[in-house]
Formats: sequence, structure tokens, C-alpha cells
Amino acid sequence: MYLPDAEELLVTLAEQIRPDITHNTALAGIYTGGMFLAERLYQALDIGLPLGTLDISFYRDDFNQIGLHPQIKPSDIPFEVEGSHIILVDDVLYTGRTVRAAINELFDYGRPASIRLAVLVDRGGRELPVAAQYAGAVLDLPASKMLALDRDGDGKLSLSFYEKGLPGNDQS
Amino acid sequence: MISHNPQLNQHGELQHLLTTEGLPVSILLKILDTAESFVGMTEREVKKVPLLRGKSVFNLFFEPSTRTRTTFEIAAKRLSADVLNLNIASSSQSKGETLLDTVDNLSAMHADMFVVRHSQSGAAHLIARHVRPEIHVINAGDGRHAHPTQALLDMFTIRHYKQDFRNLRVAIVGDVLHSRVARSQIHALTTLGVPEVRVIAPKTLLPARVERLGVHVFHDMKQGLKDVDVLLMLRLQNERMLGASLPSAEEYFKYYGLTQEKLALARPDAIVMHPGPMNRGIEIDSAVADGKQSVILPQVTFGIAVRMAVMSILAGN
Repeated sequence: MYLPDAEELLVTLAEQIRPDITHNTALAGIYTGGMFLAERLYQALDIGLPLGTLDISFYRDDFNQIGLHPQIKPSDIPFEVEGSHIILVDDVLYTGRTVRAAINELFDYGRPASIRLAVLVDRGGRELPVAAQYAGAVLDLPASKMLALDRDGDGKLSLSFYEKGLPGNDQS
Repeated sequence: MISHNPQLNQHGELQHLLTTEGLPVSILLKILDTAESFVGMTEREVKKVPLLRGKSVFNLFFEPSTRTRTTFEIAAKRLSADVLNLNIASSSQSKGETLLDTVDNLSAMHADMFVVRHSQSGAAHLIARHVRPEIHVINAGDGRHAHPTQALLDMFTIRHYKQDFRNLRVAIVGDVLHSRVARSQIHALTTLGVPEVRVIAPKTLLPARVERLGVHVFHDMKQGLKDVDVLLMLRLQNERMLGASLPSAEEYFKYYGLTQEKLALARPDAIVMHPGPMNRGIEIDSAVADGKQSVILPQVTFGIAVRMAVMSILAGN
């Protein structure tokens, strides 16, 4: 199945975001794919506030079914959430449940002025009323195909498919 | 092969936390790693995560405790659980209800987790074997047997300051005989790969054949503290102080109380820990307890994160 080039999508995405950046804009990447993407966007864009990362494990809605992930990384929000314009960054937008969890977590740090969503790929399949303001590509994928962003040793981003049910990542 | 470990479910995951003895290193590390991510939470505007939302945690304290009960309560509340504190010493037990009847009644109120403190060794095990499989039990101290969350928060503190367990000398000092904390510390330290665990105490405060637990025994602080990286002080239990075990508090302090002078025998970067409550001037001098090598108050803070980790891992299994 055709997969777009992640590096090309990154350029497209950065150009979509660029006109909206103000002195009070902050990026927050969702661990792990969103964090890879947010780091690259942060390099490409001129953003004054430090980069944040979120691990939404404590806010997942399927904790009762699957328990805690073995490797939880502490969330790191090094900017004042109160009053800032946050762009939440994730690799793939699918059901919208991760974004719901991330928004809940951000509000536990304070009350942002706004939250927008930037994703490399919007693959449809929403189960919640969530939309991305910025998307590198919109793809229509069958439910059996799970998509994730990887980063190689040189920092190059690439998209790949994986099997549903593998530990880690079926909630996108 | 040892028989089934009652702490683990059929997938080898933590079902109850009863003792550090026999817990695989992977589970100990998972608890410490999970706790790491809860430490930073206290800097946030809202110091709560919704992991245990809608769950009921019952603190069953058959023996008085302020600090342990409070830190379990805070940990459960920061995970958004509903917490009920029952001081059973003063209620139904005194009316003659058995331990398991008490537990059955609370289970009928839809408890999801019991945190149990009891003066009898094995009380938490008994409850864990008795309850329905969806209920989790945490031992918050049973008799002289075990106090696993205290030992785990001690391990977390050691790792925080010393990074690696595998090159450390750790000395446990004081009333090892009556201490459930010491037993749980020894099992956790040896499982995590600490190459040299020492116990330092008068003969009357050491259990028979303590060296079978894999520790080196010292009766003299001067020899025992030489070159240690971590000092784990134990509380001298007041109620046991006078009597056959010890001549007097003054004499104990003279030989085993931790002063700056004795601490100077350890490595210069050694850390001093104590599970609390401290007897100042008996097992530890105020100058040490409040000194720059003391990490006694960070232990309390880390204790909340470690208990949050244990509760959230149990609730997810």
C-alpha cells in the first residue's frame, strides 16, 4: 500500500503552521511519534517557548482493559500553559482518543488560551468529535492497517504499517 | 521450584503487593520506573491523574500509623480514587468480629483495593488469599514480617541519589530483629543486585542466622560503616527499648546512635535514610538527621510516588 514520504509531509505541515505562530505559541508532542515530529517542527519553525512532550498513559480511556504501559515517560511541559496557544502534535490522527486524553492532561497544567492539533497523517476513523487544524496528508486506510512514525539513527522520519494488537500503540 | 507466588497472577503480573521477597527484578524495576513519572506531577496545577477514578481504596489499619496511612491516602487521592480510612483497632475488632468477617463486609461495599497494616505477621497474605480475584491487597506492614512499600521507596531514593545498585555498599543499622522494614529492604537490595549489604546491630537486636539472608553482620559501627554509600537507619522501638534487649537508651546512642563523627567513617558522599518516625538522640543525632547527607524528607516525598506506582500497576493488572 502506498505511503507518503514523512519528510515531505513534514515540510508541508511546517508551512501550514508557520503563518499562525505568535510569541505565545507552544508546541507539545505526544510521546513517541508525536514527539519525533514535534522536535522536527520545532527546529523548522521559529517558536519562542520551549518544546513540551506529553505521555498520555495516565489519561487513557482503556486503562481498565490494558493496564499501564511498561515504559511511561514523564510528561514535560516547560512553558506556562495558562494563557498560551498550544499546538498539540501527533504523528497519526485516528480515533481521536489520544487527543482527548492529551487535552485532559494539558488542562491539569493550567488553562490554555487555545489548543490546536497538528498531525502528519489524518487517516479518518474518528470515534470522537476531534479535528486537526493542520494535517500533512489525509489518507483513507482500512481498520486493519495501523500506521506509526519512526525515526532512524540520523533523525530521518518515516511512516510504516504495523499489525493491530502489538503492545504499545493501537490507540491513535 | 517454589510453589505459586501469591503476589502474582497467572500471567506473572503483580496481583497483590505483600512482600519484596521473591519478587522478580523486572517487577521491582517497573514499580521504580513508574514512580519516576509520578514524581514530576507535584509541579502541576492539578496534582491528580484519573487512573483510579471510580475505584475505592480501603485503608485497613489494625495498628496505629500516621505517616504510612497518610501517604497511602494522598497517593490514592492523587490517582483520583475514593479513599476510606478504617482504624479497626477502635471499632468492630474490639466488638469481636474476625479479620476475614471485616474484610467480607468491606468487600460487600465494593472495595477495589485494601491497604492493610496489622500487628500479626501474615495478615495481608491471609486477606489476599481470601478476597475475590478482582480485589488487590497491599501490605502496609505486618508484624515483623514485611513492609514492601517502605522498602520500595527506599530503593527509589537510593536509585535517585546513587543511580546504579550494582556498585554499592549499603548498611542497615539498628533494631533488625523487630524490623519488618529491614527484612523488606534486604530482599529488595539483594534482588536489585547490591553487592554488599551489611547489618550493624548489637547481638540482642539481630535475628538468629541473619547472614542467611545474604548480609554481612557487624556489631561495631566503626568497622560496619567503613566505606558505605548508603546508611539505612532503623527506628528503635521505644516499647522494646527497656527490658532484656538493651540496657538503656543512652548506652544505645553511645554505641549505635548515628552521629557526625560515626558518619565520617562512611564515604564522604554517603546518604542517610530513616523510615520514620525518628527517635532523635537515640538512633540518630539531630545534627545528622538535619544534616546535608540526610535524605529523610525526600524519602517521604518519593514515598507518595512509589505508592501511586504500586496502586496503578495493581489496578491495571
